[in-house]
Amino acid sequence: MPTIADLQLGQTATITECSSEAIPFKLLEMGCLPGNKVKLLQVAPFLDPLYLNIDDAFVAIRRDTAALICIEIDSNE
Amino acid sequence: MSKQINVALIGNPNTGKTSVFNALTGLNQKVANYPGITVDKKEGLCKLSRVLKAHILDLPGTYSLNASSLDENIVIELLLNKNNKDFPDVAIIVSDVENLKRNLLLFTQIKDLEIPTILVINMADRMATKGISLDIPFLEETLNTKIALISARKNTGIEYLKTLIANYRDLSVEPCLNASSIDPAYFDRLRSAFPNQQLYKLWLVITQDVNFGKVSRQEMDVAAFKTKSKSDLKRLQQKETTKRYQFINSVLKQGQIIDISKASDFRSRLDRLTMHKFWGYAIFFMILLSIFQAIYDWSSAPMDFIDTSFAQLSEWTKATLPAGVFTDLLADGIIAGVGGIVIFIPQIAFLFLFISILEESGYMSRVVFLMDRVMRRFGLSGKSVIPLISGAACAIPAIMATRNIENWKERLITILVTPFITCSARLPVYLIIISLVIPQGRFLGLSYQALTLMLLYLIGFGMAVLSAAALNRILKFRSKSFFVVEMPSFKLPMVKNVAITVLEKTKAFVVEAGKIILAISVVIWVLASNGPGESFNNASTIVQEQYEDLNSELVEQKIAAHKLEYSYIGLIGKSIEPIIRPLGYDWKIGIGLVTSFAAREVFVGTLATIYSVGGNNPDTLKQKMSSEKREDGSPVFTLASGISLLLFYAFAMQCMSTLAVVRRETNSWKWPIIQLIGMTFIAYVISLIAYQLIQ
Repeated sequence: MPTIADLQLGQTATITECSSEAIPFKLLEMGCLPGNKVKLLQVAPFLDPLYLNIDDAFVAIRRDTAALICIEIDSNE
Repeated sequence: MSKQINVALIGNPNTGKTSVFNALTGLNQKVANYPGITVDKKEGLCKLSRVLKAHILDLPGTYSLNASSLDENIVIELLLNKNNKDFPDVAIIVSDVENLKRNLLLFTQIKDLEIPTILVINMADRMATKGISLDIPFLEETLNTKIALISARKNTGIEYLKTLIANYRDLSVEPCLNASSIDPAYFDRLRSAFPNQQLYKLWLVITQDVNFGKVSRQEMDVAAFKTKSKSDLKRLQQKETTKRYQFINSVLKQGQIIDISKASDFRSRLDRLTMHKFWGYAIFFMILLSIFQAIYDWSSAPMDFIDTSFAQLSEWTKATLPAGVFTDLLADGIIAGVGGIVIFIPQIAFLFLFISILEESGYMSRVVFLMDRVMRRFGLSGKSVIPLISGAACAIPAIMATRNIENWKERLITILVTPFITCSARLPVYLIIISLVIPQGRFLGLSYQALTLMLLYLIGFGMAVLSAAALNRILKFRSKSFFVVEMPSFKLPMVKNVAITVLEKTKAFVVEAGKIILAISVVIWVLASNGPGESFNNASTIVQEQYEDLNSELVEQKIAAHKLEYSYIGLIGKSIEPIIRPLGYDWKIGIGLVTSFAAREVFVGTLATIYSVGGNNPDTLKQKMSSEKREDGSPVFTLASGISLLLFYAFAMQCMSTLAVVRRETNSWKWPIIQLIGMTFIAYVISLIAYQLIQ
């Protein structure tokens, strides 16, 4: 199952699963919930952290957190 | 008789909550601390009509009512406790027109607490450029509230907001959705177990991860109602959040139209530049360089002016007032001491000016993003960059700024190493010693003195990073990596906000540091003007017998010096002289080291007081210091002793207030004590090596 950590720059995906136990609750409150869209905007030097647009929110998270959020990559691009 | 109501300003970070606060209260505001914790409590007054005033409380920014930090917990503690004297008659939720969806999450939670609520939609001036239009009547109806569409920047809508506050009795207290439908059976049981309590309040108390305060749990014994496991509760909370967003999305679908074709692409272009692999760092270091250059350049003229003015004022006082103990105390103790504080004002003001501009503009978050990976190698977080930069102003607010680092180990390391950063209190010590011992002259167009100063900043930063790396190896904590940073949109800093921040921080510094410095100056003066036994009281006879052939002026000076040496303070300095002599210091510097433990800048004030007591000449402090001689006639301040002193101040933990803040933030004496011993040890060893090598 791909995760946010597998996204390519500029790619958009739909969140399929994120466990409220594994990832910070604050992230859920910012819109990181199943069904919402996520886009990888930028990657910091040394490939970490990731700058994302999650459901219209601009958020930066670390790669290890991103690897816990399962996605389905949108195929139409 | 005029009536006063309580208004609480609540909102997500970066919604311009403070701008709304400033617009409502103007300069009619004050900052205090919440009792027992060092969270700023900002409150102010706003006149609504002839008979009605609003007491406005600016609460810390929070994303929801699930607290994950001490700051956020303040909001919950207040909203759950009806007996709190600040409990709001009306809550104002401040939202940002560009982030309405996320901002409404907190709004729907507060509505569930059945508090009269006004929704403020701020930054209305950006609607046109972002292609956003809103159906306000529809939103007011579906959200059960009154909405004020305002722009704190353009100062529009504020008067309407005041009218809404004045008519707070007309506000609805109906929740806008039914959150208990996520698990009806559970909530029914909860309701029958606590029939007198409000349901959502119970739910909040049960689900708080960390209980920072005591109020809410004492009030109702919900511990007995733990019928669900922790992970079940978490899952329910996620369900609750999803439900709230479903509601918000359905409301916004009708009430908000965003025409993307009208939105400009300014943000993403600026993001790509400021967060670029190469240009991002280049811009960041250019900004830092220009800040230090500006602070050094712009504040040197006003500082010289303040220095000479105080020397003259002290002289003038002595000449004008009748001679006596009181005049001496005023001229040598108080004026010299106060001068030592006032001289800081230019630098402190400039530093806070730049830091608040960087934060207001939204640039700081980009730096956090850029630096996270690098900082993590040293056991720090990208978020440590803000405390480390603020540490250049003062370690106290910097240590408080570590609160938004979610990972405890990263936060603790940041707290422990921040005092290594060259704070503004070290600057006067540095500046005066540099000007004494570093020769004039230029290297590649840069003056040696400016280079030395920059080197001291780099050494401080280097030591902070090195000790962070060491602590990262030594400290064994297992804590989850946890890093969520919202990237706010870029904004032009608002002059009013920046001005108020600079004014407030400078004032707080002068008043807080001033009190200590003033008290210490007086104590030193008393200790320096009095002494035990024959040697002090009969100083004039002893000296006159010794130097019969000298003229009267020189004898006067010898008497003063002799008195100082045998005064109480002289005896203290002499008793620690054996420890500090290997570093190249004499007993007068020793006194400075002892007193500046209260705060580093006291060192300059102390020397000013000591040398004023010791001599009678109207020179500035610098002139006095350079003419200071050892017993063998060689100057006290040489390159070796000067460098040793600079390094000592670079590394030693010479600040009581910082220790007190570390104690409060880590909730134990263990860390401040480790910090004190570790830093003093490093300072002593390095100064010792430096002095012995250069000498």
